[in-house]
Amino acid sequence: MIELIGVTKSFGNNHVLRGVDLTVDRGTSLVIIGGSGTGKSITIKSVLGLITPDAGKITVDGQDVTQTDRDAFLARFGMLFQGAALFDSLPVWQNVAFRLLRGSLKRPKDEARQIAIEKLRRVGLTPDVADRLPAELSGGMQKRVGLARAIAADPEIIFFDEPTTGLDPIMAGVINDLIREIVVEMGATAITITHDMTSVRAIADNVAMLHDGVIQWTGPVGDIDTSGDPFLDQFIHGRAIGPIEAVR
Amino acid sequence: MRLLVSIGRAFLGLIAAIGRIAIFAGQTLGHIVRGPFYLRELAISFLNIGWLSLPVVGLTSLFTGAALALQIYAGSARFSAEAVVPQIVAIGMVRELGPVLVGLMIAARVTSSIAAEIATMKVTEQIDALVTLSTHPMKYLTVPRVLAATIVVPLLVAVGDIIGIFGGYAVATGTLGFNPAAYIRNTLDFLELKDVVSSLAKGAMFGFIAALMGCYYGMNSGRGAQGVGSATKGSVEAAAVLILGANFVLTGVFFSL
Repeated sequence: MIELIGVTKSFGNNHVLRGVDLTVDRGTSLVIIGGSGTGKSITIKSVLGLITPDAGKITVDGQDVTQTDRDAFLARFGMLFQGAALFDSLPVWQNVAFRLLRGSLKRPKDEARQIAIEKLRRVGLTPDVADRLPAELSGGMQKRVGLARAIAADPEIIFFDEPTTGLDPIMAGVINDLIREIVVEMGATAITITHDMTSVRAIADNVAMLHDGVIQWTGPVGDIDTSGDPFLDQFIHGRAIGPIEAVR
Repeated sequence: MRLLVSIGRAFLGLIAAIGRIAIFAGQTLGHIVRGPFYLRELAISFLNIGWLSLPVVGLTSLFTGAALALQIYAGSARFSAEAVVPQIVAIGMVRELGPVLVGLMIAARVTSSIAAEIATMKVTEQIDALVTLSTHPMKYLTVPRVLAATIVVPLLVAVGDIIGIFGGYAVATGTLGFNPAAYIRNTLDFLELKDVVSSLAKGAMFGFIAALMGCYYGMNSGRGAQGVGSATKGSVEAAAVLILGANFVLTGVFFSL
């Protein structure tokens, strides 16, 4: 279980997180929604220790994330970055098997390559992609490679940062289905950040809406249309008029 | 009053920047002596910084040595001391021009490339990705580059020194009428061990500075294309100034104390 209690984070005078309280049960898929710049990425980066919160507490299975052995802690996670964040200088298979080629999870090179090819196949890519460089792939293929890298070491917890941004609707649907299948199949705990309501409905068990630095609403995905929360209603229907100010 | 405030603020900013760079250098040295080590990255850095810099270092040194011989010949002819050309070319190249020119060429070629690469990795979240994959960015990116540059730049300086002296030799024997055997003998007789050691020590220091500045500015890059551009420009400026400053200090240490 992942728990955030009163997490705050400011950058100068910009108070991004003002006290985020959030719980994600083991084996469930939470989707965090909210406008641009509301701190969704900051929230998941805080869990991973990429950003240090100013105040508050973050625990994973009851253990404070600042008190853990970093390598062992991070070995439990996989993350798909918004732009895939593939390493340009490495061929695709070495990107996917990055964790398996070094550190505590190191495997023999042939075995790591086989696992990488298997994970690539799992996300719908053929083995001939393995030796290509990331720059030779389309955006959708790069996202899939990023997804394969995120699941390469069979993590218990997976974060997806805007997995469908920049993709055409069909490819976005493919990625959504893959994420859902992988999360269910692996029994992983997942947190996804997205603006895409199609993704929310495809991926989520639960939804949390971040607004003005706090969790404005949280509940099961089936309740989002009947929440009665004016902020959530405005967001999911994409209305320009409502309690959320649209900066023009 | 505003002028004083501006000067004070700029001075404090400079002190803070020096402090941050010193901390970064200390952290890098700390990671150099503690594993894990990424040998593949180290080998790639040797190739990029050393082998692939050879053409530019060789050509720069060749032309500089040749021009130096012409200048010394023209200058010394005024008081009939043309015979000093081999000695002064050797001293000039080995003590000063060899290491400084190689250092500046490395700053131009390698520092800029390291800063741009790492800054791009930062803005595209590749550095964050490294962390999530249990890989320390300083160990994976900074240590191999700094270590390789510190080891390989002295070798480039040695190559540059030799090619620079050869440039002077080619001009002196080809167009100025010097005897080839006498030129080589005069060069070798005049150079001391201290000259060579100072040259190599400068090379090691300049290599360290060049790679460190590339990594520091890359890791601390701002966002977007402008951030990458600023990091690249800042890294080369800082490396060039620090190399010239370090050259002055090391020259003092080797030849004045």
